[in-house]
Amino acid sequence: MTRRQRKNLIRILASLGAFAVIFIVDKIVGLDGVFDSRYGFLFPFALYLCVYIVIGYDVLWKAVRNIAHGQVFDENLLMGIATLGAFALALYRGATGLEIEGFDEACAVLLFYQVGEWFQSYATGRSRNSIASLMDIRPDYANVVRDGGAVCVDPSEVQVGETIVVSPGEKVPLDGVVVSGATTLDTKALTGESLPRDVSEGGEIISGCVNLTSQIEVRVTKAFYDSTVSKILDLVENASSQKSKAENFITKFARFYTPAVVGVAVLLAVIFGAVTSDWSTGAYRALSFLVVSCPCALVISIPLSFFAGIGAASRYGILIKGSNYLEKFNKANIFVFDKTGTLTKGNFAVTSVSPESDREKILYLAAIAERDSVHPIAQSIVSAYGKDVPSGYVLTNVAGAGVMAENGNDVILCGNEKLMAQNGIEFAAVADTGTVVYVAHNGKYVGSLLIADEIKDETKQVIGELNGMGCKTVMLTGDNESTAKSVAGQIGLTSYKASLLPQNKVSEVESMLAAKEKSDALCFVGDGINDAPVLMRSDIGIAMGGVGSDAAIEASDIVLMKDDLNGISLAKRIAKKTMTIVRENIAFSLIVKLAILVLSALGITNMWVAVFGDVGVAVIAILNAMRVNGKYGVEKNLKEKSKSKA
Amino acid sequence: MKKVFKLQDLECANCAAKMEQAIAKIDGVTFANVNFMTQKLTIEADESAMDDIVKQAAKICKKIEPDCRIVM
Repeated sequence: MTRRQRKNLIRILASLGAFAVIFIVDKIVGLDGVFDSRYGFLFPFALYLCVYIVIGYDVLWKAVRNIAHGQVFDENLLMGIATLGAFALALYRGATGLEIEGFDEACAVLLFYQVGEWFQSYATGRSRNSIASLMDIRPDYANVVRDGGAVCVDPSEVQVGETIVVSPGEKVPLDGVVVSGATTLDTKALTGESLPRDVSEGGEIISGCVNLTSQIEVRVTKAFYDSTVSKILDLVENASSQKSKAENFITKFARFYTPAVVGVAVLLAVIFGAVTSDWSTGAYRALSFLVVSCPCALVISIPLSFFAGIGAASRYGILIKGSNYLEKFNKANIFVFDKTGTLTKGNFAVTSVSPESDREKILYLAAIAERDSVHPIAQSIVSAYGKDVPSGYVLTNVAGAGVMAENGNDVILCGNEKLMAQNGIEFAAVADTGTVVYVAHNGKYVGSLLIADEIKDETKQVIGELNGMGCKTVMLTGDNESTAKSVAGQIGLTSYKASLLPQNKVSEVESMLAAKEKSDALCFVGDGINDAPVLMRSDIGIAMGGVGSDAAIEASDIVLMKDDLNGISLAKRIAKKTMTIVRENIAFSLIVKLAILVLSALGITNMWVAVFGDVGVAVIAILNAMRVNGKYGVEKNLKEKSKSKA
Repeated sequence: MKKVFKLQDLECANCAAKMEQAIAKIDGVTFANVNFMTQKLTIEADESAMDDIVKQAAKICKKIEPDCRIVM
């Protein structure tokens, strides 16, 4: 609560108390009888007026100022007119000897209006705070090593290449590489992952983590404005600027709603008065209209729901770049996955050698041929052999086929079936899933290695969930047809596209975009490496394991900070809940307001109901919006996970 | 050029929408956004006209919500 909110709360409670006392006494005893005169009704009027002024002076003052500024359809002015009108009407009835009513109403309308305003301000404040707590990852300072000593400076002053010291308990201010020391990092604020992460010398470290155990020195690799923490903060701060269709609809609606209601109110008063010549009843009904004419409840509850949805997602390490993406993601029904690093772990490993009896020899020969390559498959072979290999060989790359290693008369061929066929070597074809590397030595086939990429633990379950929601799941891969088919079958994907070169992914996604229905939304999920163009082209681009890859953060619409596919189904659940609540709020507010308008036009309801139409609806809509922040069954899973690891 | 300002005491969501519309209509403004939740005003306009535009925007904000101030 801010000071202003606390002050207003006290004012509201005091007025509410005073109002209740006056109201009860008036109803039981009848305050207008206290002074036995024709003008006895002025006594309760004076009491109510006191409360009215205490609670409503600011509304009246703002109304006056806004008239001066030419803001006619301002809510303060409308409320002022409605309540002062009600007072005037009651005075008129009193003066002409009619039954006195309406003082309490005028007072209550303004009182409840203030309650609603206070509640709105409190709710938005709380919602803002929930995002602000995420902002806690912003580092305040960096200890940079200069002239042999550590100097405390603003993170933005540190240059790339300088060394910073991070002590336990401090936030890592900038991205970099650990040059000395080893420690454990808490990445919860960034990724939602509660298990701490270990780093040691040479390991990459990202800004926003908290150093837990021991002091480390870090060589800075990125300037502050380029660092992970700046990128994330930028993203979160700008998230709600991207407006959804629902928000645009509501602001547009609000623009016409107020003038229309005010217009109808005037018409109602004039026509009703002219027809029945009961001017006071017509005026009363028109005043009720004015009370319901403020669209603020609607205008606020929609962005509040989206904001809550984005906030809830960010707590689980899912960053959504705007409410329009949340809205669109709810509709997403085609999920296109990049295979390597997204559905699979992306760590190539030698899974089998055939014939197994010659394992050592095959690995040895293959390692000689592949030792200089940076390709992950080659590296997996070298690391599987794990020993030093002789270096006297001349290595020649045979494009698209493999490697030839020569040392005098000693020739090793290492590659796919094409390489074997080119050299006329007979080999035993392997039909297993994965990449097969054949090895031949001096024109004779020796054996083969099978290298495969492991499927992530959660892949199958998440794909199943998405399929269960009626989504299409498609895998894009560079693997050959049979490998792709078997992986797709294992995971349960609805379809796959095999043998794609990296540059073909864009055209593949484009043709899928062209083929889909207008109501469909295509979602591309990638690890953010090399797939920025596809992420940008698709309706919604989701980058996984966003930490550390700023290209991915920029290109995508949703970033999963944690390299965990479960984030997709979780984001989908959050999007669904948010959109349900948004729709509920729109429908509920519109129906209630419309109903109250009709009923007060007919004279069935009174101003008490009208004030519910304004304030009550706002409060209910805001409370409903807060439900977005609820639990998504993730806390329990996390707990179980950490328990099982312990 | 794009500039972001903080809006202090922006209390009413409908006013925020009104401000956005009015500021977008100022001559030379290519894009305007008032974010009610983060209380931020974003203006995109030509650099040479920026100072003048910000002054007009401040006037608009004051007109629509008298308590609301643009923090420079």
